[in-house]
Amino acid sequence: MGAFLDSLIGAAQLILSFDPELVSITLLSLYVSLLGVFFAGLFAVPFGIFLGLRDFRGKRLVVNIINTFMGLPPVIVGLFLFVIFSRQGTLGNTSLLFTPEIMALAQFIIAFPIIAGVTLSAIGGLEKDVLDLIVSLGSTRFQRISLTFFEIRFGLLTALMAGMGRAFSEVGAVIIVGGNIRYHTRVLTTAIVLETSRGEFETAMALGIILLALVFVINYAITIVQEQSHR
Amino acid sequence: MVKKLFYALILLLVGTSVGCLQNTGENHATNSIVLATTTSTYDSGLLDYLLPAFEEQTGTEVKAISVGTGQAIELGRRGDADVILVHAPEDEKRFVSEGYGVERHCVMYNDFVILGPEEDQAGISNDASAVDALKKIASAASTFISRGDNSGTNKKELSLWERAGIENRAKWYIETGTGMGQTLLTASEKEAYTISDRATFVSMKDKLDLKILVSGDRLLLNPYGIIAVNPRKNPGVNYEGAETLIRWIGSDEGQKMIKDFTKKDEQLFTPLYNKCMD
Repeated sequence: MGAFLDSLIGAAQLILSFDPELVSITLLSLYVSLLGVFFAGLFAVPFGIFLGLRDFRGKRLVVNIINTFMGLPPVIVGLFLFVIFSRQGTLGNTSLLFTPEIMALAQFIIAFPIIAGVTLSAIGGLEKDVLDLIVSLGSTRFQRISLTFFEIRFGLLTALMAGMGRAFSEVGAVIIVGGNIRYHTRVLTTAIVLETSRGEFETAMALGIILLALVFVINYAITIVQEQSHR
Repeated sequence: MVKKLFYALILLLVGTSVGCLQNTGENHATNSIVLATTTSTYDSGLLDYLLPAFEEQTGTEVKAISVGTGQAIELGRRGDADVILVHAPEDEKRFVSEGYGVERHCVMYNDFVILGPEEDQAGISNDASAVDALKKIASAASTFISRGDNSGTNKKELSLWERAGIENRAKWYIETGTGMGQTLLTASEKEAYTISDRATFVSMKDKLDLKILVSGDRLLLNPYGIIAVNPRKNPGVNYEGAETLIRWIGSDEGQKMIKDFTKKDEQLFTPLYNKCMD
């Protein structure tokens, strides 16, 4: 227990010193995840709404695929992206490997099914008569969509934050495609892996505490949103 | 109130992401190379010590990716790295002879050490021969931790087992599949034997309940080579940048810096001034 406390104290000191490298790692984590989740939301939310409102052949299959991919192991995403974006891969000439942008792409892929899936279930949670009301009130398609959007706004926030939480705490994909390069592609999770392997537990703990605190903020926000939606 | 907090949070997030975007934009503009190297050069702190001096003098930025030697060579083969700094002489020569690398330059060496717990159940302490030590560990069936990750250290270890004629390594033989630092921590926790490069061990020894039991065998020498990835095989690589780094590391200044690099008053690497040992 003594060693644990010592690491904890060392970690707290490191955080309070606002070490520039620690700050830049944290900012890069936010940048990568926000970029990935922003675009995932941009595409996954309309996709989820479309799936929720329209009936078509094979819809059950698509929904099942989305649900399966909600549990997609990040390390597989990393491996596939690595092989595709490696210089000898199909998209090798893009020079995207080992950049923050490809890490964001990995998180886009990881977050997309989560956001689409949660959006879908938010629509599924709407009462039948609410949906009917939307249809009867909205004379144009645009009005119908914007009304649906309004009705599930809390569900959408939950979806985005669930995606964010998952992307933010993910390590398997970003360490493969990012390479954990100091000052370039080192984010909180990959830095924790590195510092642990070096036996630098204090630094690893400091990073862990920051990661935990940020995930806490994200989850706390989800809870507040959900409480609001029940009012 | 909650709503306001929310908007503030979103504003903050957008603000930071815009700030980061501008940062990365600047970074892409500079001349940079990707160096694939082993965990030992990184975990020992050598790169964090050498590279800033190089970057300042040449204006070439180095993005170091620290992986096992096997993966580092593979990154070079695929053209994902511009230059590799590794320690597996046979593989390095093959890398060059197959046309993936331009030329192998010998940078420095240190040595491998066989480590174990204070009690030393197998009684290998002060053995002059690494091979004999491994034979004793096997016959005592003492736990041995292997990296099992195709790294330079792992390859050296496997070649020693082969020399010892021990093929059937059973329950007492554990492969971690991780880097040197993590493997040392595992060996320490399990009170087991392992093999490590001296540099990583020395830089971490405060955190480990392990001691050096066998060292000094010629078989345990550990030379490091640096090789530029061949632009004829992989036209996208930054060959010029790679050569700049190789020239600098082989220069009197680079070699002197390597000689002066110490941890806990111990010199970790001996410069080779481009003279290969083999």
